[in-house]
Amino acid sequence: MDKKYLFKRNSIWWVKVAVPSKFREQFGFDLRQSTGEKDLDKALLVRDSIVSDLKSKFLGLNVEDKSTKDFLKKTDITDPQYFHKVVDCQYACPAHTNVPEYIRLIAQKKYTDAYMLNWESNVFPGILGRTCDRPCEPACRRTRTHDKPVAICRLKRVTYDNKGNIEDLIPETPKLKNGKKIAMIGAGPASLTVARDLLPLGYDCTIFEKDSKPGGLMRTNIPSFRLPESVLDEEVYRIIKMGADLKTNSYIQDLEPLINDFDAVFIGSGAPKGKDLDLPGRKEAKDNIHIGIDWLTSIAFEHTKEIGKKVLVIGGGNTAMDCCRSAVRLGAKDVKVTVRSPFNRMKASDWEIEEAMDEGIPILDNTSPKEFILDEKGKLCGMKFDKMVMKDIDGSSKLVPSGEEVIYECDDVLLAIGQDNAFPWIRKDIGIEFGEWDMPVVDKTTMQSSHPKVFFGGDAAWGPENIIWAVSHGHQAAISIDNFCSNVDLNNRPDPITNLVSQKMGIHEWSYDNDISQAKRFEVPHADLSKALDDLKMEVELGFDEKLALEEAQRCLNCDMQTVFEEDLCIECDACVDICPTDCINFIDNDTEQEIRGKLRVPALNLDQSLYVSGELKTKRRMVKDEDMCVHCGLCAERCPTGAWDMKKHKYIEGHTLNNKIKVKEVA
Amino acid sequence: MSYIKPINHHPRLEKNKLGLTRRDYEGAISTLCAGCGHDSISACIIEACFQLNIEAYKVAKLSGIGCSSKAPAYFLNQSHGFNSVHGRMPSVATGANCANGDLLYLGISGDGDSASIGIGQFIHAIRRQINMVYFVENNGTYGLTKGQFSATNDLESKNKYGEDNLFKPIDLASMAIQLGASYVARSFSGDRDQLIPLIKGAIQHKGFALLDIISPCVTFNNHDSSTKSYDYIRNHNEAVGKTDFVPLGEEITTSYKSGSSVEVNLHDGSKIALEKVNSKFDPTNPGNSLNYIREKSEEGKLLTGLLYFDESSEDLHETLNLTKTPLNQLKQDELCPGEKALEIINESLS
Repeated sequence: MDKKYLFKRNSIWWVKVAVPSKFREQFGFDLRQSTGEKDLDKALLVRDSIVSDLKSKFLGLNVEDKSTKDFLKKTDITDPQYFHKVVDCQYACPAHTNVPEYIRLIAQKKYTDAYMLNWESNVFPGILGRTCDRPCEPACRRTRTHDKPVAICRLKRVTYDNKGNIEDLIPETPKLKNGKKIAMIGAGPASLTVARDLLPLGYDCTIFEKDSKPGGLMRTNIPSFRLPESVLDEEVYRIIKMGADLKTNSYIQDLEPLINDFDAVFIGSGAPKGKDLDLPGRKEAKDNIHIGIDWLTSIAFEHTKEIGKKVLVIGGGNTAMDCCRSAVRLGAKDVKVTVRSPFNRMKASDWEIEEAMDEGIPILDNTSPKEFILDEKGKLCGMKFDKMVMKDIDGSSKLVPSGEEVIYECDDVLLAIGQDNAFPWIRKDIGIEFGEWDMPVVDKTTMQSSHPKVFFGGDAAWGPENIIWAVSHGHQAAISIDNFCSNVDLNNRPDPITNLVSQKMGIHEWSYDNDISQAKRFEVPHADLSKALDDLKMEVELGFDEKLALEEAQRCLNCDMQTVFEEDLCIECDACVDICPTDCINFIDNDTEQEIRGKLRVPALNLDQSLYVSGELKTKRRMVKDEDMCVHCGLCAERCPTGAWDMKKHKYIEGHTLNNKIKVKEVA
Repeated sequence: MSYIKPINHHPRLEKNKLGLTRRDYEGAISTLCAGCGHDSISACIIEACFQLNIEAYKVAKLSGIGCSSKAPAYFLNQSHGFNSVHGRMPSVATGANCANGDLLYLGISGDGDSASIGIGQFIHAIRRQINMVYFVENNGTYGLTKGQFSATNDLESKNKYGEDNLFKPIDLASMAIQLGASYVARSFSGDRDQLIPLIKGAIQHKGFALLDIISPCVTFNNHDSSTKSYDYIRNHNEAVGKTDFVPLGEEITTSYKSGSSVEVNLHDGSKIALEKVNSKFDPTNPGNSLNYIREKSEEGKLLTGLLYFDESSEDLHETLNLTKTPLNQLKQDELCPGEKALEIINESLS
């Protein structure tokens, strides 16, 4: 009789399996297990299963794997950040606005809901829908799978333009206060966000504003042909109406009394000091040289109503674009923008450069200012510039004068070469530490300064950024102030609200429209240029009408509809691999990330995007999906016979005081 | 339910020598059951045609009736197609092939279409050495009529409702070898690494190539007591060896242990390299192949890979000495021999 693997010990039959030499360090020379049987016939019945059990301990193993290779691990999709990162637009947004959800709401014509979803995260949907710097758009998946991104920013404006009455949806401010008084300096987006987040919790919020109206740089520096005053007023005063105590024309001379009078102080005073250009002739020509942001402010408050016929704008940022376009509207006939750097390195957003050029304003790059030129009467009549070239110096390319000089005639010069922070009203001895370039030392997470009662946000914290960053800072500062006033550790930040729910509505039916629109990005209609250039307040961009908005909304790839894989259900039929339009899905033997990325159906070269890795399947392979190109069409789930793939909506709402303690109301 | 696959593809998707991507060889979105093995076979045909730089307009897809015979709609949508009567695809293929020898003929059939209603046609297509690739998408069941046993279902396999199968199966691969098919391979729809080189070899082969592909029916024949389920085939599949297709002009780069490999030359100069698991197996000897298939079958194993290959085969065109020009391209003067030829014939009769 065949007694292979069997031996007898105290009249019981045992199984013994020899261990291959390479595993002996780990397992010893053999593995043994009792069959529990005294009768050989019965032992023979169970022998094979015990042998294969024992062998399985080392059969799937590879010695080399254990010691040297860093194998890919199963992706932990319970980590809310994993799928958050797949939603590129939401991940890129500093305020983590739930973009795909509001675009779907637009597609369902639920504009009010879409507006409120925005309002929860970014506080100023109408303003941002016209002026946001749009970090979401370059991140949009469509830039990788198709061509241009979804017009996310313009769709945000659609929610504002088409919303219904929202007064009843704004969280109520309790009449009974919690007894804590918070001061905010500067009524810009950062302070207003802090006020909005704290008012419904019962905080007593006082906002000090140096100008006569609230809004900060949104009012003073963004011309009304880009942002109509009515939009600005509506969204800014909505927060004031929630119960903030606004003190206008209140320039703070000294911070110290506020620290004593209030439980916490938030400084959102912006970066209000425009940089000057100290060149020969600056002092003599001072009447015709204007600091860009100050000049824009005086237009906003209607102090400045005209400018010379020939205007030079120095600088390549968004302020320069606003200055040149404002100058044209004030009647200048010859406006030029000069930029020191090459055109492709300009700081202004592409679309703002485009708009300026569409209005016929030339942008002269590689042109560095050298001297203000005065005529015989001592009045400014032109500027001399060095033409610049890129040269390789010590291995790095640098911008240096080419030797050529040019002179441009002008009546006025607008300087838009940057902004600085200025805190003359913060005495150095009150406990707020200032670091490099006289900037306050601020904690990146908590926004707290070295004085525990003082918090910074917006441009005041780390220099000029844009509105959406100020909003994000405001949320974080509000959390910190709330924690601070409740004696909670400031590093105890609220968790995001997340959810992952199947969207299956039946066989092959999803709750979302999974058809992929192949349409190109729709252009936003513009006002008639000849009329727009004569009117300082006429909005140039008209925004999408409903038809265009609905078509543009279809371009969204629904990146929050996640492909979720259950390896236990998979029968490895490859149906998902074959149907995937962008060849994202692979079944492959495990290896290091670098090796796997190279071995996929289409190598995964975009290292910013994750690989979604399953646990081990029956054939010892793993499902590896490259998240980079997935269009979230759901075809993998439609063609899956066992439901191993499912489309699940990943909801992610960044934690802030409002959504954690008081729910923003939803439309009934 | 989606009826259209998004047309956008991965921007870095590989292109072949014709400048086409794999996606350009696709057909309509499949309406077969999700997870059907036939869809995997379609994907492998797409991949093989892509890799061989085949121009879709030089391909004719022929089929009969059945789930398998629907499959030609799901690949090569720029090729010719003929959906014939049940089991009559081989006749249509014979006629088409005689009329135009320039096209690549892909016959797509199933176990019902080939092993039952069409078995007479199937046998004669092999016997006549039609130059075509004959796919049998073999799932052992009549899926389209709700899961009855087919003629290739194994004796020990039950149906989905637990009923026993009473009859022994027809082994199409063995039958094809006996009938003189010059390229016989068996594979599994779930093993694309094996299937794609076998399809490529079959396409480049001149003569009758049979690919008997076990293709699980997820709806009616993928249960625990089935012998044509994904799990069963994965556990009982025994490959004759690793098969590589080596295009013309390329070196064989895979190194095999000496004595264990066989290379077979295809008519266009490309090669199939086979690393054998069993050194006794010789794919060029029909008797040896038949014995080996039978031996493994008795062990309860399904032998897959290139089972038989005859390098010296001649196809129907050569046997019948048919014109190399497609009939639709023949001119009047080529078709009509003229009065003089008639006179010569008449004189010979007088």
